[in-house]
Amino acid sequence: MAEAADMAWINTALTAARPQAMGALLRYFRDLDRAEEAFQEACLRALKAWPRNGPPRDAAAWLILVGRNATVDSLRRLARQQALPEEDTLLAEGGEDDAEATLADRLDGADYRDDILRLLFICCPPDLPAAQQIALALRIVSGLSVAEIARAFLIGDSAMEQRITRAKARVTRSGVPFETPGAPERAERLGAVAAMLYLLFNEGYSAGGDTVERRAPLAQEAIRLARLLLRLFPSEPEIMGLLALMLLQQARAGARFDADGAAVLLEDQDRGRWNGPMIAEGLALIDKAMRHGRPTPYLVQAAIAALHARAATAADTDWTQIDLLYATLEHIQPSPVVTLNRSVATAKVRGPAAALAMIEPLADRLAGYFHFFGVKGAYLTQLGRTAEARVAFDRAIALAHTPAEAAHIRQHLDGLQREATPT
Amino acid sequence: MLYAILCYHREDVVGSWTKEEDDAVMAKLSVVHEKLAREGRLGPVARLLPTTAATTLRKDSDPPLVIDGPFAETKEQLLGFYLVEGETLEQILDTARELGRANPGGAYEIRPVGHYYPATATAKA
Repeated sequence: MAEAADMAWINTALTAARPQAMGALLRYFRDLDRAEEAFQEACLRALKAWPRNGPPRDAAAWLILVGRNATVDSLRRLARQQALPEEDTLLAEGGEDDAEATLADRLDGADYRDDILRLLFICCPPDLPAAQQIALALRIVSGLSVAEIARAFLIGDSAMEQRITRAKARVTRSGVPFETPGAPERAERLGAVAAMLYLLFNEGYSAGGDTVERRAPLAQEAIRLARLLLRLFPSEPEIMGLLALMLLQQARAGARFDADGAAVLLEDQDRGRWNGPMIAEGLALIDKAMRHGRPTPYLVQAAIAALHARAATAADTDWTQIDLLYATLEHIQPSPVVTLNRSVATAKVRGPAAALAMIEPLADRLAGYFHFFGVKGAYLTQLGRTAEARVAFDRAIALAHTPAEAAHIRQHLDGLQREATPT
Repeated sequence: MLYAILCYHREDVVGSWTKEEDDAVMAKLSVVHEKLAREGRLGPVARLLPTTAATTLRKDSDPPLVIDGPFAETKEQLLGFYLVEGETLEQILDTARELGRANPGGAYEIRPVGHYYPATATAKA
């Protein structure tokens, strides 16, 4: 019993310390595999030492010191050189207080935030497919096992192993940037990492049906890493916006699916089941970010989510303001999907005809996009153009990615059917 | 005599708790809360949102300086706190500035409250 409790707190402490410890070990060894081995060795020693000696004052500093010394030691043995001098051996054994304190002091400096940023950044080379970026981050930064990641991605262990090995090789090939970044490089890294974290969040958040349980932890992990990033870079409004966006969306998780696993539309959700503290945190972050006076894509999306969160009922939603925010988003990050989303607000403010006119020019670019046909079908239904609506809904079902998406469109089709056959 | 018990912990560790672990801690705490409430000894309890939601007003300059993030200095000590209702951060910052004009120097860290349990005890301090 005591052992199980020990294991639980040690595992939590190791998870919490991992990004910082791995980041520092990567900088020290300049080799991803070696850094991982060193961290692994340090974790094994922690599992032995911590239940006996209690937790160290600074878990990350302990892991860095022990992992580094153990690995250096074993490298020297491999090189058949003489054993470590006595005092170094002592350090390797226990992470003795003085050395740990010195290292902890150094870690409080600016270095370690760039260590963690670098660790996250190497997971997202622009030419690495999104799914591989996420898998790599879950392995390297979060420390999930290959089996755990495979489970979340609904593929076999060996396929995931290959995917991660290839992604790592890709990272090694392109070279890890070890120089301390200047302001432009830091901004670029933050941008790439933010995008990767939002993808990770969506892997969890967009899960539906029977995959929810397996994938929802990905959304929570994305939130944890975004919080970590914002703690390191507390004045970055775009990271505030990213975390706010994730929190405001995740706050609805408990209300997004009914008992049968079918998606519940935002306007039909039981708002009493939304997570109050998450919404409060999201709103507070938006307030903070707004003070910087720079509308950035995540922040504007978060502000849109905030207007939904602030509405006590669906009828209280400030669609005019949402329409304006989408107009801002179209301006700073033009994309057909943004326009499609804007049209939903436009439909509420100016009616389905205006909304349909807004999305018709997108038909070519969104020809393979499920939501385009779902939304189009809804506007056509509202306009009484039933036959065209049915065509759009049929197309949507053909493009649905999840059973929940398809089931939702079938409800629309059933609605059309009922209207067509008066009883 | 009314006492404040100030809660410190490593945020990266608490933030790594799963929802189940967090819920379990909160459930165990609520057993203690209920006992204290029955004894009429429990004042208001607040669980603050993470420090990433914090803003700090440095009131040793005029006008006071608004800084993103929590209060990070170690040369000043925690001497008191307010719980104030507000719609927006701007409104709370205005309140903090007003308090700061009455008592310049030092800083106010502004943290939104996540969980709040009102008092069941009457202050005797």
